[in-house]
Amino acid sequence: MAAIDIRAVDKSFQKLKVLHSVDLSIDKGEFIVLVGPSGCGKSTLLRMIAGLEEVTGGEIVIGGKRVNDLPPKERNLAMVFQSYALYPHMTVAGNMSYSLRLRKIAKEKIATAVAGAADILGLAPLVERRPRQLSGGQRQRVAMGRAIVREPQAFLWDEPLSNLDARLREQMRAEIKKLHRRLGATSIYVTHDQIEAMTLADRIVAMEAGTIQQIGSPEDLYERPANRFVAGFIGSPAMNFLDAQAAPANAGHARLVTEDGLTFEAIPGLELPSSRQLTIGIRPEHVLLGEAAGEGAKEATVDLVEPTGMGAIVHFRFADISHQAYHLGRASWRAGDSVKVALPTERLHLFDATDGRRLN
Amino acid sequence: MTVTMSRKRFAATLAHRLAVLAFIVVALFPLFWLLKVSVTPTKLLYSEGVRMWPSETTWAHYAFVIENSDFPLFFRNSLIVSLSTALIVTLVAAGAGYAMSRFAFRGKMWLVGLLLVTQMFPLVMLIAPIFKILSSIGLTNSLSGLVLVYTAFNVPFAVFLMQSFFDSIPKDLEEAAMIDGATRFMAFRQIIVPLTLPGMAATLGFVFTAAWSELLFALMLISKTDASTFPVGLLGFVSKFGVDFGQMMAAGVLALIPAVLFFLLIQRFLVKGLTAGAVKG
Repeated sequence: MAAIDIRAVDKSFQKLKVLHSVDLSIDKGEFIVLVGPSGCGKSTLLRMIAGLEEVTGGEIVIGGKRVNDLPPKERNLAMVFQSYALYPHMTVAGNMSYSLRLRKIAKEKIATAVAGAADILGLAPLVERRPRQLSGGQRQRVAMGRAIVREPQAFLWDEPLSNLDARLREQMRAEIKKLHRRLGATSIYVTHDQIEAMTLADRIVAMEAGTIQQIGSPEDLYERPANRFVAGFIGSPAMNFLDAQAAPANAGHARLVTEDGLTFEAIPGLELPSSRQLTIGIRPEHVLLGEAAGEGAKEATVDLVEPTGMGAIVHFRFADISHQAYHLGRASWRAGDSVKVALPTERLHLFDATDGRRLN
Repeated sequence: MTVTMSRKRFAATLAHRLAVLAFIVVALFPLFWLLKVSVTPTKLLYSEGVRMWPSETTWAHYAFVIENSDFPLFFRNSLIVSLSTALIVTLVAAGAGYAMSRFAFRGKMWLVGLLLVTQMFPLVMLIAPIFKILSSIGLTNSLSGLVLVYTAFNVPFAVFLMQSFFDSIPKDLEEAAMIDGATRFMAFRQIIVPLTLPGMAATLGFVFTAAWSELLFALMLISKTDASTFPVGLLGFVSKFGVDFGQMMAAGVLALIPAVLFFLLIQRFLVKGLTAGAVKG
C-alpha cells in the first residue's frame, strides 16, 4: 500500500500532446476515480503510472520512490484491464498465481493466497477451468483475483466494467466497493461512466483534453462543479444551461436576464458588472414543475415525458430552447401541454460565458 | 410449397457435394497415379494400356530404390536441409514478426518495403549471383549453403505470416504479464509463444514443404551426389536409367512420407481457437 504523487506530468505521442502538466496527490488507501470523455487522457495517465507508457515530462512517485524509469515489473502494481487480459492457456488458478510464481514464492503460500482470493470472489468451484469456459462476469472476477492475490502498492483499474451488461455492471461495482473497504488498498480507477465515478470514488478527478478540470469528493463535483465542463459531465440527466446577461443591480444584488426573457432577481453574494455574459446552470432535479413552481412561475410547453419508474424526465421548452426537469413521482403532463416552471435562485450555478469557470 | 423447397435444397446440396467430389478427384488423381505406377511391374507399364489398376502389383521398385540407389542418402540430405531451414526460419520469423507487430522503430516502413521487394523477383534472376557468392566462400556442394539460401528466401514471407499471428493476440496480454512481474521477454516466452504455437506450426510446415520440394537451387548449387537432395535425385532417374518410371514413382511416394508425417505431427497445433476466452470476443 502506498501513496502516489503525480507531479507536472506531460505526455506526448510524437507531436500530439495528450497530457498537460497534470498534478495529483493520492493518499494511501484512497479510491481515486479518473473520469472524462474518451480521449481526455485518463487511460494514458493510468498506463503511465503502470509503466506501460513512457513519461514525457514531470515525475511519478510511488511510495516515495520516483518510478519514471522503472519497468512495470518493478513498480509492484496490480492492474485490471477492460478486456480482462486473462491468459487463455492457463486455468483460473494459473492466472491468479502467475505473478506469485514469477516471484518464486513457496508453493504452499501460493495455494493459500489463490484459495483465499477465490473464496472472496466466489471463484472456488471454478479454479480448474480455463477462461474460455467462463462467463463475462466470472472472467471479470478472475481478473480481479489476479490483482488481489498479491499485495501490491496500488490497484489500477482500466474501465473494468465497460464490457459487462448493465445489471452485472451494477453488481460488480458494488463488489469492487466492498473489496476496497475490505482491503483498503490505494486504487486508481478509470472510467467514462459518471455513475461509476460517483458511487466508487473517495475523490473524483474530472479530466478533459489532457488537463484536470476538478478534483474533489463526488458531492463537491455534484454540488459545486468548478466549471461548465464538470457541471455538464457529472449528473444524469445532464444539467440545463441557459445563456444570460447581468442586468443593472437591484439594491446591491445581481440581476440576470436570460436570452428568452427570464429574469432572476437577487442572486445572493454575487457582484457582477452590468451586461456581463454568463451561463446559468440548473440540475433537472432542481427544476420545479406545476404546483410546486408556485407564484411567479413561467409558462413552458412540454415536449416529451420519459417515465423512469421512480419519476419522470420532463422535456420542456422556453421560447425555442429545450430543457429537462426531473420530476419525482408520477408526471401527469403530456407532450404539448403547457406547464408552470420555476428555477429556484438558490439552486443556480453560474459560469463565465467565455472561459466556463464558476462564478458563485 | 414445402415439397418444392426441400427438393430445391436437396438439389443444391447434391450440386455442392458433386463439386467438392470433382475437386477432390482432380486434386488427388496425380497422387493416385503416382502410387499406381510405383507398384506396376515394369513389363506391364506399357503393355496394358491405360488402366486404373494393374493386373499384377509389385514392391520391386521400392526395394530397388531403397537397397540399390543413392536415394536413402538424398533422403537424409533433404531431411537435414528442410528441417534446419524450417527451424531457423521459424525462429527468425517469430522474433522479427513479434518486433514488427509490437514495436514502432525507425525505418520500419523501409524494412517492410524491402521485405516485400525481395518477394517480387523471379528466383531465376538470382541464381548466377548467388552461385558466384557461394562458390567464393566455398558453400557450393554443401548442405549448409543450401540451408542458407533457403532461409534467406523464406524469411520474408514467414515474417509477414508470423506478424499476422502476433497481431491477432491482444497487446493487453503481455502488458498484464509485465505488470504481474514478467520482463518483456518472459511475457513473450510464457504468454505469447504458447498462444502463437498454431502460427509457428503453420510457418514450420510451410517452410518445410517449400524446402523439401525445392529443385532449382538444389540443382544449380549442388553437383555432387553426396550433397544432393531428393528432388535432384528424382531427376537422376531420368538420366541414369533411361526413364525408369516405376522406380521414380516409388521414390516419389517415399518422399511424400516425411512431409505427411511432419504435418500429422504439427496438425494438433494448427487447430484454431486456442486464444478464445483471452479477452471478451
